[in-house]
This record gives sequence, structure tokens and C-alpha cells, in this order.
Amino acid sequence: MSPARILLAKPGLDGHDRGLKVVAMALRDAGAEVIYLGLRVPVADIAAAAAAEDAAVVGISVLSGAHLPIAEQLLAAMHAAGVEAPLVVGGTIPPRDAGALRRLGVAGVFAVGTSLPDVVTGVLALASPEVAAR
Amino acid sequence: MTARPGPGGGAAGPLAPPVTTDSGIPVAPVYTAQDVAGGPEALAARLGQPGEPPFTRGPYETMYRGQLWTMRQFAGYGSPEETNARFHFLLGRGQTALSVAFDLPTQLGYDSEHEMARAEVGRVGVAIDTADDMVDLFAGLPLDKVSVNFTINATAPVILATYLVAAERQGVRPDQLTGTLQNDILKEFLARKAYVFPPGPSMRLAADVVEFATGTLPRFNPISITGYHAREAGCDAVTELGLTMASAIAYCEELTGRGLAFDSFAPRLSFHFATTLDLFEEVAKLRAARRLWHRIATERFAAATPAAARLRFFSGNSGTTLTAQQPLNNVIRSTVQCLGAVLGGAQSIHVMGYDEAFEIPSEEAVTLSLRTQQIIALETGVTRTADPLAGSFFVEHLTDEMEARATDVLLRIEDSGGAIHAIEQGLPQRWITESAYQAELAVAEGRRPKVGVNIYADGGDEPAPDLALFQLDPGIADRQIARSRQRVSARDGAACADALSRLRGHADGGQNVMPALIECARAGATVGEMSGVFRQAFGEFREPSPW
Repeated sequence: MSPARILLAKPGLDGHDRGLKVVAMALRDAGAEVIYLGLRVPVADIAAAAAAEDAAVVGISVLSGAHLPIAEQLLAAMHAAGVEAPLVVGGTIPPRDAGALRRLGVAGVFAVGTSLPDVVTGVLALASPEVAAR
Repeated sequence: MTARPGPGGGAAGPLAPPVTTDSGIPVAPVYTAQDVAGGPEALAARLGQPGEPPFTRGPYETMYRGQLWTMRQFAGYGSPEETNARFHFLLGRGQTALSVAFDLPTQLGYDSEHEMARAEVGRVGVAIDTADDMVDLFAGLPLDKVSVNFTINATAPVILATYLVAAERQGVRPDQLTGTLQNDILKEFLARKAYVFPPGPSMRLAADVVEFATGTLPRFNPISITGYHAREAGCDAVTELGLTMASAIAYCEELTGRGLAFDSFAPRLSFHFATTLDLFEEVAKLRAARRLWHRIATERFAAATPAAARLRFFSGNSGTTLTAQQPLNNVIRSTVQCLGAVLGGAQSIHVMGYDEAFEIPSEEAVTLSLRTQQIIALETGVTRTADPLAGSFFVEHLTDEMEARATDVLLRIEDSGGAIHAIEQGLPQRWITESAYQAELAVAEGRRPKVGVNIYADGGDEPAPDLALFQLDPGIADRQIARSRQRVSARDGAACADALSRLRGHADGGQNVMPALIECARAGATVGEMSGVFRQAFGEFREPSPW
């Protein structure tokens, strides 16, 4: 089986990339193929890369508080680009916003405080073929 | 590693407190005089007296007996009016100076209405579009009396210009202003990542600010050379200290390379370190920082006056030590970190809010942070004598160890061509990333205890406490944009365009940009327009792959 392709990016203007890079390294160590787009990536570019790379999961990290508008814009951009891969969001997410993100269509929310193994397990579960086939 | 009983009192368990410091320095069960190199006379020479070279014991003779540290909670959100209200709230509760948090669009030189800005307006700090916003930010706050810290870097010259215009409108002269502009662009490339322009022009802008301030702003610190963000991004205390010194050397070389005398600007250099939970290591780091900087200033830059070799610093408590789990535990963590900063001789301190794993701090949380500082200052007696841990076999041993190990880090940076070149190559960034990953694995695998996370975690079935978190008014962006548009339409457009065109000329011509920037700010130019001139003149930096 080929390794899961996970696309990670920092959208918006937030530069806090410690968490996302740690997640990228942990996913690699767990056998995934990680494509990291870096900082301040426009949502349209994330969606285009997800389509071009045929990513199994798209993951973003936002610590600026702008997670709701950014997730909404990114989901729209992914829809427009024909990307069906699930979107997961990590970062400084207050508890009141986790449900709101899910209602927008975000498949996984990994707020500050989620353990690294839980993030890896959660992302890889979403990348598995059974989930992708749904 | 020696086997030790676990916290639960059982046999050696995976969660035993480690017997090395966070930086990996081995710690012995007990220290004696034999562990302090060179004996009492050599130690006395390494320490000096408080206020005397090499400043190990503190920058001032009387330390907190003479003057307490400045209590400076980092604050800002929404529009200038809202942040102004938070400033008055903090000063009303006994805070002694201000520290401005800017929103990301302001930090990156975008106006609030810019496409990249809309989602971020007023979120992590205050939105500033024009000098008029700066006037509103300091309404009712006399700038000849209130010291202000600005956490601003890529757009530091632009923000300084708007601040000088705001002071002018209050009738305050530049030589009356006190405070600190962070203006440390190297650590943005290294860790904080709010860079805009490439390293070369960025260094030039940072140096323009320091050069302008030298003479014009004699009571203001035009740069705060910072290890804090590298630490928060994942490196250890040793690397933090080494990287800070490497950056300081790079700035001083840039400034002396322009022909400025070291002693003319060095007394106004300020530093910024993290203070985390490894109490004695942090105190040792802060003491070692003063000694190391004294050595660099005198040996490398031939500092002629003591003040030019005297390191003063701001301590920011560490956000990465705080947890989302059992958030009230963060109050205890912050208290220990604040105490470490005090025992290390900080000139100003910020204490994190216990709720910052979720949001920017609520009024309740920020008040408790301030009260933490006040209780340590007024109730514990730790301020009664300077450098109270001096002479401790352990602390002196650890101070020597920190200095030696940080010097090794500095030499590695020098060997790779100095701070700017090393950062361009991504070398220290890779150290930071790898160290962040190892730290996370140590918690995930239970090698580093984290109460409420990998030990005493309440079985995970406890409901999270119902914190009254801060919530940003969703109408902020629209109101800020409307007001800025109104101000732009009311200004003299031709005069503003002229000022911006002169700024472009100076950016291209190599003159110090500050005088032209101040003219732009006076003419009502926006932060986006002024930064846009630099974007056009210098281009934008894209980070190379971290791997």
C-alpha cells in the first residue's frame, strides 16, 4: 500500500508553525508522505495543491483566532477545485468553536492540548481508504 | 541516567522528574565549593557587584530596592479604542507601563481592508492603519509619562513613525519618550515568522531605526534583541542564549559598519528572554546572559563605558509551558516563571494568562497575571536584596555551564558565517524544529512529566472548567475599515502622494528612511501604503523549505 499523502499548510498571516511542523514530522515518522506548503499560503493555493497532489487529507493550523473564516474560505476553495479530501484544523481553537468548525464541514479538529499520537492517529484514520471511499 | 522513584512514590517510573535540566545539563545530587570553578576569588571576579562589570549580579547597584521591575502585560485587540480601554483597565489595576500587541495585518504591513487582512483584523492585537489610530490608541495616556513597549518588527520603522506623530499631537517631544521598540527582524526569520522583506533590506531598516533613535530618542530602546521566540518555537535555554548573542553581534556589526560608535548606541540596546519552568536553569541563563554580553561588548566591540556593556532585559513568561488541560494549573506555572525572572534580575516582566491555550486573555486572566507580579513584588520579600542566589554552589556552577554552552552555540553560528548567513541557510531554524519535535515526543512518551497532561490527568473524564473566555466583537473589521477609508478620503491626497514618493526615493537611495516615514505618517499615509513602498523597493521574502 502506498503511504498516505497528507497536505499541510499555514493559511492566513499567522506564523506560529511549531505545532504544524511537529505534526508533519510525526506523520512522516508514522509512514505518511507529507507535503508542507509553508506559511501564509492563500486558500486557493492550498486547494490547488490538494488537487494537484491528490492529497488524502488536507491539514491547516491557525493560532491567530481566524480559524472560522479561514476554514470556511478554504472549504469553498476546495469544493471549487473539486477536492474531496477531508480538511482537518489544528491550533488555538476555543471549545466553543470546535462544533462550529465541524458544522462548516471540517472533518477533524485538533485544538491545543491534543496529544501528538492522537493527532497522528486521527489524521491517518481520515486518510485510510475506507474513509476516503465514503 | 540514575534510576529514581516516580512521582507516585513507586519504583523508577517513566514519569520521574529528569536529572538533567531542560537544556540537558546534568545535575548532581548535591553541589559543594569544589563545583565552583577557580575558588572564591575567581568567582568574585566573574560576579562583580550589582551594577558593576561584568554585571552578572544585575545591571543596577540597588536592583529592586531602588526600583521594582516594570510590570508590562502585553495587550491589544480590536480597534484602537478597545485596546485603549484595556490599557486604562490595566493601569487602573496597578500596571506600571504598557506593551502593545498589534494585529497580524499591522505587523505585516497590510491595511485592514487588504484581502489578506480581513479575517485577521484586531484578532491577536490592535489594528493600526494610520497615525490617527495611534492617537486614539493613546488617548488619555500622556506619552511623556507612560513607557510603551511595541512588539513590532518588519514594520517597526512605520509604527515608530506613527507613534512619533501621535506624541507630537500630544505636544510630547521625542526626547521625552520612554519605552522599547522590538525591531528585531532576525528572530522573525528564525522563529516568529512575521517577516516581510528579505534579510538584507530588513537589517538595513532595523539599523535605520537604531541610528535615527541614537540622539533623537535618548530615553527609548530602539531594539530589543530577542531569544524568546526561538525558545517558544522549540529550542532550549542554551541555544536561546547563544542565538540571542549571535543576533546582537549582527546588529552591532551592521551599526558599527555604518560608522556609528559602539558606545553611542549600545547603552540603549535592550534584550528579551523567555523565562520557563526550569527555575535554576533560567536564573543561571539570565545571569550568564549579562556576563556573556559584557564579554562580547568589551572584547569584540571595545566598549569604553560600562553602560555600553550592561545588558538589560524584558522577561516574557513562556506560553508553550502552559496547557489546555486543567488550565488553572497555569497560574502556578506562571508564578514560578515570574519568580525566575525576578531572581534573574529582569527589568520588565510579562506574565501569561492561564487561558491562553484557548484565546487571548480575558480581563479576569490578565488581572490575575498582574496580581501575580504584584504579590511576588510586595509580599514575598524576594526584592529585598540584589541577586539573592549569588554564591549558591549550584547556581554558580550552572551559570558557568550556561555561559560556556551558549558560547559554543555562538561559535557554531560564527563558524557558519554569522547570524544572518546561518539564518539564510536555515541552520538554526532546523535546530529549533528538531528540538521542538524531541520536546513533544518526550511529553508524548512520558519522559518529561507534564501535570494534567501525561500524569495526574484525571482520567480524561473531567469536564473542562467553564472559563469565561475572551470573545472578539465580530463587527470590528468592518468598523475599522470604514473609519480608515473616511480618514484616507479626508487627507490631502497630493501631499500624501508626495511624501510617499520621497520615501521611495530614500528607500532606493539608501538614506535613513525614518525622516521620510515620519513625513508620510504626518500626511496621513496608511501602514499599508508606507509598507507598500518598501515592498516595491525591496521585494518580499519567502522562507526556504524547513527540511
